[in-house]
Amino acid sequence: MDLAEITRRLELETLYADYSACLDSDALERWPDFFTETCHYRVTSAENYEHGLPLGLIYATSQNMLRDRVSALRDANIYEPQRYRHLVSGIRIEQEDGGALDVTANFLVVRTMQDGGMILFAAGRYVDRIERAGAAWKFAKKIVVLDSRQIDTLLAIPL
Amino acid sequence: MPQGLQSLKWPKEGNARVPYRVFSDPEIHRAERDRVFLGPTWQYLALENELPEAGDYKTTFLGETPVIVTRGDDGQIHAMVNRCAHRGNLVCLKQRGHAKDGLTCVYHAWRYDLAGNLTSIAFRRGVAGKGGMPESFKLEDHGLKKLRTDSFAGIVFGTLSSEAPPFAEYVGNDIGGRIGRVMRGKPKILGTTSQILHNNWKLYVENVKDTYHASLLHTFFTTFRISRLTTAGGVAIAESGAHHASYTYGEQRGDNATSDQLYSDIHSLHEDYRLRDPRFLDSLDEIGDGVTLQILSVFPNFVLQQIHNSIAVRLVLPKGPDETELQWTYIGFEDDDAAMTERRLQQANLVGPAGYVSMEDGAVGGFIQRAIPGAEEESSVIEMGGREHAPQPTRATEASVRGFWNAWRPLMGL
Repeated sequence: MDLAEITRRLELETLYADYSACLDSDALERWPDFFTETCHYRVTSAENYEHGLPLGLIYATSQNMLRDRVSALRDANIYEPQRYRHLVSGIRIEQEDGGALDVTANFLVVRTMQDGGMILFAAGRYVDRIERAGAAWKFAKKIVVLDSRQIDTLLAIPL
Repeated sequence: MPQGLQSLKWPKEGNARVPYRVFSDPEIHRAERDRVFLGPTWQYLALENELPEAGDYKTTFLGETPVIVTRGDDGQIHAMVNRCAHRGNLVCLKQRGHAKDGLTCVYHAWRYDLAGNLTSIAFRRGVAGKGGMPESFKLEDHGLKKLRTDSFAGIVFGTLSSEAPPFAEYVGNDIGGRIGRVMRGKPKILGTTSQILHNNWKLYVENVKDTYHASLLHTFFTTFRISRLTTAGGVAIAESGAHHASYTYGEQRGDNATSDQLYSDIHSLHEDYRLRDPRFLDSLDEIGDGVTLQILSVFPNFVLQQIHNSIAVRLVLPKGPDETELQWTYIGFEDDDAAMTERRLQQANLVGPAGYVSMEDGAVGGFIQRAIPGAEEESSVIEMGGREHAPQPTRATEASVRGFWNAWRPLMGL
């Protein structure tokens, strides 16, 4: 691995760490900034994904749709106070073409409710496409593939 | 604390009161299994074209009882209890699969055909003349327990009861017609999801049938003036109260100023609140009758939803007295073009576990469940729109919730 490659790997590590920190620290307003303007974001189950079924529990085809999601979570939807803790590991570059990278990564998300109740809320992998945007990497596509089709109660904060 | 059916005295106000105990008492839950889910009710099993080939099967539940649904060699849909006639093992372990040679129990290799008839058992004659089944054992006496099935508008329902009338009669013309209104083509599954709800299944069914809460709990719609109780609509209810369909017309038929005033005490309206990218709400009046929302339930636990162009069937499965699995199957139709499919996918953002207008429904039943301890002998008050369960040309009513209890109570002898 040459220095350029090591640098790129560290950039990816940083990207996923920043992404997780954003969601886990309730900085949701910054979350859409991790995406390109014409991004595709969806949350689905492995069952749907493997059968080629296109449904998303959250399904967005622009950065503005992500901003709308955040506005609704802040001002319209009702859900109990809760926080996530993302553990992301196993970041792999699956393919590279031009400046864009197809990247996958594993995640675990622990959800803690206001009364301290804590569950392993989600496990799965990100199937991403990232692009250079100036000095930063941005998600042009992020498919959150959940291992389980079951969601406990509701899915409010994005994954 | 009193438990069970015998000690429960239903309040004199009838269906306008529901004792909280019915949502938490394990004895009532146990009785419900036999009297409601294994009783004279029709429950959703599958979409007719979900199992296209002979040998295709899926597993599901009649309440908490495991069920196999197959496409038989005769081309018909069959359904039977997923419990080996031998020692009670689950015969099919997978959620779906293909078994063209019939079904074989993994435990002792008893084999059944796709209609659930026992066709062979391993070592029936023993080994070298020793062991084996007695001569008196007859295969035909030991099949899987069979359900009656009935297809309606492309949806297959099943029951273990011989008393339930045919489905069309069970659901009635009015609600039946409203199923047909949505299921106009061959369904195409777009995906599935499920939610674990920490509440009794009936609290979710009440929520589905409760037209009163929609614009109050789900503030997304109100904020964007997508649906308010002041938009034209109403609720159709089967005579027995068992089934319902609430509907809303897309056009605001009152004036916005009056509507804003009615809501002003309830929520602060975000006057400047606009979606940055409202494309996901672009909808098409595909049915052509102006109804943009229809939520329909068939007693006890089936829901068909049309929210703009998002169509889904929901199955409400009890998992003990205080837990429920809510299964969603989102569909389009085989003749949808790419733009229509995209529209349905976009609008699916409105519903499901992360739905803009449904995520609260996943939680509110649990909130009630958590508030019940200590109130088992007290009752909820269900009096919006009176104490009857007749159809009403408004959604500011709880008539269809009362209808549910009107159907549930006689089955339970309450």
